[in-house]
Amino acid sequence: MERTVLDLWVGVFVAAGIAALMVLALKVGNASTTFNMGETYRLTADFDNIGGLKVRAPVKSAGVVVGRVDDIQFDNERFKARVVMKIDRRYQFPKDTAVSILTSGLLGEQYVGLDAGGDSATLKDGETFKITQGAVVLEKLISQFLYNRAAEGGAK
Amino acid sequence: MVERAVRGLRVVGHRVVNSVWRLGYASRFFSLTLLKSATSFRRFHLTIKEIYFTGVLSLIIIIVSGLFVGMVLGLQGYETLQKYGSAEAVGTLVALSLTRELGPVVAALLFASRAGSAMTAEIGLMKATEQIAAMEMMAVDPIARVIGPRFWGGVISMPLLAAMFSAVGVFGGYLITVVLIGVDEGAFWSQMQNAVDFRQDIVNGVIKSVVFGVAVTAIALFEGYDAPPTAEGVSGATTRTVVTSSLAILGLDFVLTAFMFRGA
Repeated sequence: MERTVLDLWVGVFVAAGIAALMVLALKVGNASTTFNMGETYRLTADFDNIGGLKVRAPVKSAGVVVGRVDDIQFDNERFKARVVMKIDRRYQFPKDTAVSILTSGLLGEQYVGLDAGGDSATLKDGETFKITQGAVVLEKLISQFLYNRAAEGGAK
Repeated sequence: MVERAVRGLRVVGHRVVNSVWRLGYASRFFSLTLLKSATSFRRFHLTIKEIYFTGVLSLIIIIVSGLFVGMVLGLQGYETLQKYGSAEAVGTLVALSLTRELGPVVAALLFASRAGSAMTAEIGLMKATEQIAAMEMMAVDPIARVIGPRFWGGVISMPLLAAMFSAVGVFGGYLITVVLIGVDEGAFWSQMQNAVDFRQDIVNGVIKSVVFGVAVTAIALFEGYDAPPTAEGVSGATTRTVVTSSLAILGLDFVLTAFMFRGA
């Protein structure tokens, strides 16, 4: 069996197909950021309301992605949402870091934002954030606004 | 009157029995192809030849249509999204619609009409000119020698073609929206990367294209193998290949989508 020109073309075809898959995975998709995360450690946070937060949503501090949401559970004893995050080992956060659920842009996806505090002790694997701020629910915001307006109107 | 009713009933019964028979025959054909596919890998040059015919020769149509589909998606997406002031999301729109749906489905439809019909016609003609019977006479198993390599060639080509379709389509969308219209390049790529998930979108697209590849090649090969050995029979079988495999692609696509993206 000898090598033929046909083999060359098939080789080009298969290589181009695999290259297209790689482009899709790395340039179009998020495989580069998913696999780039080296060793991680887990931190948890309890929220009153997580809004539309989903598993695999980014965890950002100062706008930089430092980890991803790994798991979301419902704590049936305290009726709160428990969010487990995987944080890159390279980044350590103080014990009094504030966690909030934010939205990127007006219609963007929701992510977890970390605002570092001033404590010198850092959070270890498996520990929990103490200061949390859940997602803003638009309906509650609007009703609060209307209620305040009504209260103002009544005072006049 | 009664005679007529009986005759009508008989025709209906004949049709039903016939199609069930054909379905069973097709299933047996498919399982035999799988069982005897060892030859396609032991003598891999046979399969390589079929990858050339089904894959390499379909490249032009796949790449050109991918480019145009991506460009149209870019234009239409931009038109609509800029009304809501989020023109940067056009990258997300183009990439998600290509990797999830249009890449696998349109590539498979093109593959069915470009390669599937050719496969049916080739095998139907081989049967009409009694080449398959001649092989059997020489104790060469036509399913192992003729059908198997074509099946695996198609199954290997299909996901590669779909991936190329999606990649070229994203490039087409980039050309139109970033280069021509002037959407911000950084936002285009970063929003796309934020929204497109490797496991959820790209791997699922590849799974879809593998399933479509199996369906299209199996249908095309069976229609060719089952074609009446006449000119009319071969032309009818070719038409049936395109119709049946297009319907199978769209039906399977719905089922797979329902399984993969349940509004999660």
